Amino acid sequence: MNPIKIFKAGNDAENNAAESIWYENWLLLKKNRSAMFGLYIIIFFVFLAVFAPVVAPFDPYLQNIDLRKMTYFSWPYILGTDDFGRDILSRIIYGSRISLVIGFFAVSISLVFGSLIGLISGFYGGWFDRISMRVIDIMLAFPYILLTIVIVALLGPTLLNAMIAIGIARLPQYTRIMRASVLAEKEAEYVEAERSLGVGNMELMFMSILPNCLAPIIVQATLGVGSAIIESAALSFLGLGAQPPTPEWGLMIASAREFVSNAWWIVTFPGIAIVLVVLGFNLLGDGIRDVLDPRLKD
Amino acid sequence: MYRFILKRLGLLIPTLFGVITLVFFMLALSPGEPARVILGERANKEAVEKMNAELGLDKPMHIQYVIYLKKVVQLDFGKSIKTGQNVIDEIKARFPATIELAIFSMILASVLGIFVGVISATKRYSFWDYASMFGALFGVSMPVFWLGLVLIIIFSVNLNLLPTGGRMDIRYYFTPITNFYILDGIIHIFKTGDPKVLGSALTHLILPAVTLATIPLAIIARITRSSMLEVLKQDYIKTARATGMSERKVVFKYALRNALLPVITVIGLQFGMLLAGAILTETIFAWPGIGKWLYHAIESRDFPAVQGGIIVISTCFVIINLFVDLLYSVINPKIRTE
Repeated sequence: MNPIKIFKAGNDAENNAAESIWYENWLLLKKNRSAMFGLYIIIFFVFLAVFAPVVAPFDPYLQNIDLRKMTYFSWPYILGTDDFGRDILSRIIYGSRISLVIGFFAVSISLVFGSLIGLISGFYGGWFDRISMRVIDIMLAFPYILLTIVIVALLGPTLLNAMIAIGIARLPQYTRIMRASVLAEKEAEYVEAERSLGVGNMELMFMSILPNCLAPIIVQATLGVGSAIIESAALSFLGLGAQPPTPEWGLMIASAREFVSNAWWIVTFPGIAIVLVVLGFNLLGDGIRDVLDPRLKD
Repeated sequence: MYRFILKRLGLLIPTLFGVITLVFFMLALSPGEPARVILGERANKEAVEKMNAELGLDKPMHIQYVIYLKKVVQLDFGKSIKTGQNVIDEIKARFPATIELAIFSMILASVLGIFVGVISATKRYSFWDYASMFGALFGVSMPVFWLGLVLIIIFSVNLNLLPTGGRMDIRYYFTPITNFYILDGIIHIFKTGDPKVLGSALTHLILPAVTLATIPLAIIARITRSSMLEVLKQDYIKTARATGMSERKVVFKYALRNALLPVITVIGLQFGMLLAGAILTETIFAWPGIGKWLYHAIESRDFPAVQGGIIVISTCFVIINLFVDLLYSVINPKIRTE
């Protein structure tokens, strides 16, 4: 083995150490009851999403004119039916597929691109840093809800575009967090040590500095999935996301708006699904933050 | 101090310039011709060209941009494609409604949020603490538009207590003076002695204000609690307690004052957010403010209106944030040197 490699992340001893840190963190997280409760909620919805065809009692698109606006607990339509006679429970179960996928991918967009820009900006500085920070400042000058709505209105109202818009509008937060931690980490002694051993910039950036900057980004991303789910539902609610007859939660609420006076359950149940799933991500995110960054506890 | 203020003000201008530039090019490069929106899809080519010339859209993009910049500086956002009115006049007519809603929501959120946060911190790990912090978490997990509809179902449909939308009962004729209906209602009482206008304005305000206040309320409660816990650990609190001062005095006179620092910042930032967040709330409650107006402008691809609306809201947002920054630096001198 090359003697230089001994000092680098990637050999067995350090890998074990790194593993044990993550394992230790997991043990700490496991003790946090509310975080675990959040995780169980998420697992439950992931299960629903994956096994939707098996779990859902009916076809979410199946209309039945004779069974319109059936009230809740009217067997076999446990949560009732909507104005087209479609089973609400089945639509909520299928809706979990859409919401989880959108939440996950929207966050991935801002996570990957935001962190990358932040990493390069912080590490190299110079013109790239100046330009990207100016652009980020301008993006942050828009309230992000407005920015999301404008981007999606320009791209066209589809679910995919809603996801992209949420991803772009949330990107500056990740860039800022990443850049701040990289700037702090760059001055650390281990970076200097590796540099003096001739470790290249790319390797330094991605193998040494990046892993040490992940903690705040992970927290932000976990909480971000919850907000992305709410935002995509809001866009669909405004007609700027999913289009009928997609069983999307926000759209289900929007299309039942006119029936608030005689069929409240059509509006209420999809909303409860949103609250539960988002609560799950928020509980888990708070728990992860307490573990990774004990300073922020309380 | 003055250097800090000047430096921050200096940053404001390039930011606003960037906002205007971004908004202009985002809309100018987006698909869809404004002329076709006005004339309809079946208009012939000559008519479209004539309309483009009228709107100044036949000129090269960079010339259009310079013209737009010149106009925006004079607060001229052009005419709305849909209504033919000046965009700035449409915004002026609707802004008071949004400001009124945002102010009442913020008062509600701040007062309740600080109260809940303080009680949670002083009675840490009690049932009340767990309940209110879970409530706060629940609050940030809720989609605003859904909460609005649920409130309508409960308070308007079932209990029949509050109206489902609008700002004023259509039965009451009165001439708005300030366009802040609460103020107008009070003026109306002085003029005619009739309290119905004020009553109607207030009942219409309750549901939208509660809906809009939920998220900031939850955030303020959480930040107040953590800030209070931090302050209550400090030595000067121990000293204050050691002097035999009543706990109430320690909490409210010593701890809360210091704990409010980060809370004030959050309140300011949330207020800026509310102006934009009102898009959903205003749409649900048919509140005739700038959010609902902007939403309809986006829907009908009314470009001048969308551009103007976004620039005005973002400018307010940036100025509020700047004000919060400056306020914070006045209260906390440490920040200025950083």
